[in-house]
Amino acid sequence: MHYVVVAYLCLALLLYLVLGGADFGAGIIELFTPHRHRRVARQTMYQAIGPIWEANHMWLIIAVVILFVAFPRIYSVMSVSLHIPLVIMLLGIIARGTAFVFRSYDAVKDNMQGVYSRIFTYSSFVTPLFLGIIAASVLSGTINLQATTFLDAYVFSWLHWFSVAVGFFTVALCGYLASVYLIGEATDEINRQRYIAKTMRLNIIAVACGALVFAAAHFQGVPLLNWIFGNAVGVTAVVLATLSLGLQWYLLLHGHDIIPRLLAGFQATMILLAIGYKHFPDFIILRGGGTLSLFTQNAPKSTMHALGLALLLGSVLILPALGYLYYSFQKKEEFAEH
Amino acid sequence: MDDFFAARSQMALSLGFHIIYACIGMVMPFFMAVSHFRWLRTHDVVYQNLTKAWSKGVAIFFATGAVSGTMLSFELGLLWPQFMEHAGPIFGMPFSLEGTAFFIEAIALGFFLYGWNRFNPWFHWFTGVVVGISGLASGILVVAANSWMNSPAGFDYVNGQYLNIDPMAAMFNRAWLSQSIHMTIAAFAATGFAVAGVHALMLLRGKNVVFHQRAFAIAAAFGAVAAILQPLSGDFSAKDVAKRQPAKLAAMEALFQTEKPAALVLGGVPDEKNQRVDYAIKVPGMLSFLAHGNFQQEVQGLDRIPRADRPPVLVPHFAFQIMVGLGTFLMAVSALYFFALWRKKAWLRSKWLLRLFVAAIPLGFIAVEAGWTVTEVGRQPWIIYGVMRTRDAVTPMPGIQYSFYVFTAVYLVLSFLVIFLLSRQIQMVPKLYDRPDRPLQPVLA
Repeated sequence: MHYVVVAYLCLALLLYLVLGGADFGAGIIELFTPHRHRRVARQTMYQAIGPIWEANHMWLIIAVVILFVAFPRIYSVMSVSLHIPLVIMLLGIIARGTAFVFRSYDAVKDNMQGVYSRIFTYSSFVTPLFLGIIAASVLSGTINLQATTFLDAYVFSWLHWFSVAVGFFTVALCGYLASVYLIGEATDEINRQRYIAKTMRLNIIAVACGALVFAAAHFQGVPLLNWIFGNAVGVTAVVLATLSLGLQWYLLLHGHDIIPRLLAGFQATMILLAIGYKHFPDFIILRGGGTLSLFTQNAPKSTMHALGLALLLGSVLILPALGYLYYSFQKKEEFAEH
Repeated sequence: MDDFFAARSQMALSLGFHIIYACIGMVMPFFMAVSHFRWLRTHDVVYQNLTKAWSKGVAIFFATGAVSGTMLSFELGLLWPQFMEHAGPIFGMPFSLEGTAFFIEAIALGFFLYGWNRFNPWFHWFTGVVVGISGLASGILVVAANSWMNSPAGFDYVNGQYLNIDPMAAMFNRAWLSQSIHMTIAAFAATGFAVAGVHALMLLRGKNVVFHQRAFAIAAAFGAVAAILQPLSGDFSAKDVAKRQPAKLAAMEALFQTEKPAALVLGGVPDEKNQRVDYAIKVPGMLSFLAHGNFQQEVQGLDRIPRADRPPVLVPHFAFQIMVGLGTFLMAVSALYFFALWRKKAWLRSKWLLRLFVAAIPLGFIAVEAGWTVTEVGRQPWIIYGVMRTRDAVTPMPGIQYSFYVFTAVYLVLSFLVIFLLSRQIQMVPKLYDRPDRPLQPVLA
């Protein structure tokens, strides 16, 4: 059951990045869409992600619950050392989650729409930025359990060049994921072309941010190159991601919608795999070299067993329903009612 | 404000707001499903419009409930890391099942909100029902997790170690049933009265009469049935608390000295310093009866509890009085309402009855908040009753008061926005939902 729990944790984190990430990205794209195109962009986005909006966020809840039930020490160390970025990320989640729904369901469409939109787009940027910062901090060896000063314990644990670079990379990646997804949702050809161009631009930005991450890692003394290229799995993942990137451009230029969507998800998965493989099962790398591992910091066997069963039972109920939800709303019909 | 107090305040605030959003988000889908059912059966378009109007409310409350719930799942760690580090593996079972229930609710809501004219009408209706049932299940599961803090079970506490963990035994602890029943009924009563009250207000203003009458009838029925059932579950809870947490019962009742037989204290101002209650009405033997089902039995007072383990008295006592008082008022209104339905149809259109419902809009929620205050403050100084003190669970991070200020502002803004949105929904009823150009069927009294 231990493996089941670990697998679900990885799956929940991955799906949150890919599906929730596409949600974040929709807001990021809206933020950087010129005013005159925003209305159409918003409409496309609303129809594409409206029905699956709430479900995408459940992956985060699942991940958090798995962490505190099965790996309580990891959860509590993160909660203490990364208190500040977690709070900022949470504020972002609250702001986006409510602004999106308020915008959709406000009975009167007036200037308030602009207020909701502003809250939604800014928080769509801030949330993945801090999600990336948190993810990078966990691995970069900056969490210091022996810290004696406030700055050391609660600020430098997460605020450094590497984490900030990863944060921006996450933002770019989310924008890219959303943009690829929305190509297939565009209702007319002009709109479609716009998303294709956007996808390519965001792809370039994401690659550039990726380069920044390497630069920051070097500057910070994080052995990122070694993590990725020091083992066969990492190298293979990077090679596959690069190949799929080439294929992606080819397909985009030749008018495909659906395969690029899958390829973008595949790339995100490969990035996580390349980083994750080297560290698995370590989840937190502490300053001074200690680690908190998914195989040593786990809850007792009875808990792991019960949680594993709950997750299996849950997925029997959830996955078919979720699959049917995605299937039912993937067609580009006009919505009869919202 | 010291960090410990700030952390407690932030938690109280977050829970206080979440409970309101969650209750409405959990109960309103049932109103919606009833109205939807009537639409499918009668093809009376008013019911379809009502279903749509209510579904907007459900969407708004689901979203605010979901984000405030997400908040709480992080805040447990952000504010009480020591607690979660030990408690997580023990009381995590209901949370992991709740994750499933919540996920299903989110999926079903996607189907329901976006599914008009897309699916078989009865499948569409069913997805709405699933929203309600899964919401109810997650509510019960979260309360089961909380009840573990009041009645720890499923582990052995040996020399500071938590051994022999049994997550199922922890979930089905001795408090889960009474707490879950009490909370669920409270959610139905509070939401029923709040929604009925809003529609009663619109009826008093004479707007969209048929629409609001039907809405009122559905919401009032749920609220009134719940309010009448609630004293039974309250009695069950009281007996349970008397057995498990005598200190909490003593605080609720401001029972400073052990008494045999014990009198029920109505109202009054507890004086913690001098260990007495001033200006109270005492009903002899009644507390013995309510706590133990016997007018003669002894009820343990705070004098039997070591000083360091005593909860504060003033807050739980007042909160308990408020809860019971408001509950009684709602029960009385419900009885009147049922009498009107049964014997005095004319009352149903009278202003005074509608005004009573308008007055009741906030009361159910005030009672819910008061009830939670009793549960949580009455458990102090323990975070895990008898095992871990709240003070020992708090985060080491300083400066929590700033976090408290920020989240206070966030919750206030959020609540203001929700009220603003709902008032705009109601304003727009004539334009969006209850359209005069659509055919109406004859009005039923």
